[in-house]
Amino acid sequence: MNGRMISPGKAEGEAIVSTEPIGFYGGIDAKTGVVIEKGHPLEGKCVTDKILVFPCGKGSTVGSYVIYGLKKNNVGPAGIINKETETIVATGVILAGIPCVDQIDIEKIKNGDIIVLDADKGLVEIK
Amino acid sequence: MHLTKNEERILNGEKGEVMERLFRLLVRLGDIYGADKMIPVGSVQVAGVSYKSIGDPGLEFLEDMASKNAKVQVLTYLNPAGMDLENWKEYGFPEDFAKNQLRIMDAFKKMGIVVTSTCTPYLAGNLPRFREHIAWSESSAVSFSNSVIGARTNREGGPSALAAAICGVTPNYGLHLWENRQPTVKIDVDVDLVTNSDFGALGYYVGQQVKNKIPYFTGLKNANTDQLKALGAAMAASGAVALYHIENLTPEADIVEKKGLETISVGKKELKGTYTKLNSGKDPDIVILGCPHASLREISQLAEKVKDKKLKKPVWICTSRMMKEASDRMGFTEIIEKAGGNIVADTCMVVSPIEQMGYKTTGVNSGKAANYLPGFCKQNVVFANIDDLVEGQL
Repeated sequence: MNGRMISPGKAEGEAIVSTEPIGFYGGIDAKTGVVIEKGHPLEGKCVTDKILVFPCGKGSTVGSYVIYGLKKNNVGPAGIINKETETIVATGVILAGIPCVDQIDIEKIKNGDIIVLDADKGLVEIK
Repeated sequence: MHLTKNEERILNGEKGEVMERLFRLLVRLGDIYGADKMIPVGSVQVAGVSYKSIGDPGLEFLEDMASKNAKVQVLTYLNPAGMDLENWKEYGFPEDFAKNQLRIMDAFKKMGIVVTSTCTPYLAGNLPRFREHIAWSESSAVSFSNSVIGARTNREGGPSALAAAICGVTPNYGLHLWENRQPTVKIDVDVDLVTNSDFGALGYYVGQQVKNKIPYFTGLKNANTDQLKALGAAMAASGAVALYHIENLTPEADIVEKKGLETISVGKKELKGTYTKLNSGKDPDIVILGCPHASLREISQLAEKVKDKKLKKPVWICTSRMMKEASDRMGFTEIIEKAGGNIVADTCMVVSPIEQMGYKTTGVNSGKAANYLPGFCKQNVVFANIDDLVEGQL
């Protein structure tokens, strides 16, 4: 699949897919990479080294700093794929240097798929 | 977006990783909003300063940037912090909160940012000129600089403002372009506004009606900069108004295109209704003035009211460190403190942890404060003019 590069880089990993938007501030623990938002479809799951797939960000703009913290604490996702990256996630992945692509039909990606992400070219491949 | 050769080099990492990431952020935002190029900025004001707003994630990010030797290229000021940076202990700000807040300030200072912490940079030594491109964050400061001064800025987020400060440029889109500064709705005011809270009430009402449009006001005969500050702040809080024009008062009003606009009328009834709506409590535990930060004129008004009197409950007036210095010299601070009030600098009620300090009902004369206090600080609000608020505490 072909999308738009938000933040450059390449990554490969197992997909962890949320059908719901993710609010990083109060949604994911920056120290552990575990989703902590109550009632979220990914609650209790860990995003570390995964390819995190979700439609778009939501919530507080502090979320950008949480994305940065995840990467700095070495518990961040290897890459991010969105339907539409809004400014909170865009700011976070660019500052953190996490490869990210948007304008992808994320419904085609299933939990556990092995994904090859080439953000430089905007490419997403399901192995 | 068109990038110069030099800008391409930054994106290729020739000026280091920090510059590369921050510049990429500006380029990406520029792409999203359809900017054609980067433009130099004359000054920056960075939001996301209070520990209450940005928490540990923000603190850690800023310390990391500072440790990587990120430095600003232009005059850069800060939004209010979560406490008075000098007298926090005396005013009862919690110790652990203070420790984290001071770490944030240190990180900013290391980056060359002027540790000023005010929502009124224009009263504290950061004054842009007419048509100057700037990158400011705080919504009332954005509104004032765009509308009253005629400088040009979008409403920046914390990271995008920091990136503009460190790279010295911002993407050219939105309110930087003349065609986007034209009014999109006309507001016909048919009521005499007397107090600053009247301007706040008008702003609150209009902001709710027009959301993010650009209002063109008629019928406002006169207003000083304190009143325009109150009007713009409330419109930016209840709506997302980043620019307004007032016939015969603001610098771009004569030259914008104002034909064929939808008109909204505001009269006595709307103003009165807004006062009713913004009042959710009575008998305030504390009165907090200075949202946005008080000018010296507003501080002197308070001093005059409380001179040789005793306040029954706390009255704070929030301001910038610079205005407080002037107030100290003029003896206003002493008068207010003798009466039992406080001049609190560097912070504001909305970003300070007042709910943790035991206050439940706050009296304010600001439409912006009345808009935010119930949600951000879990306060009941008494919204009134300064005379009624202060006389209620004597």
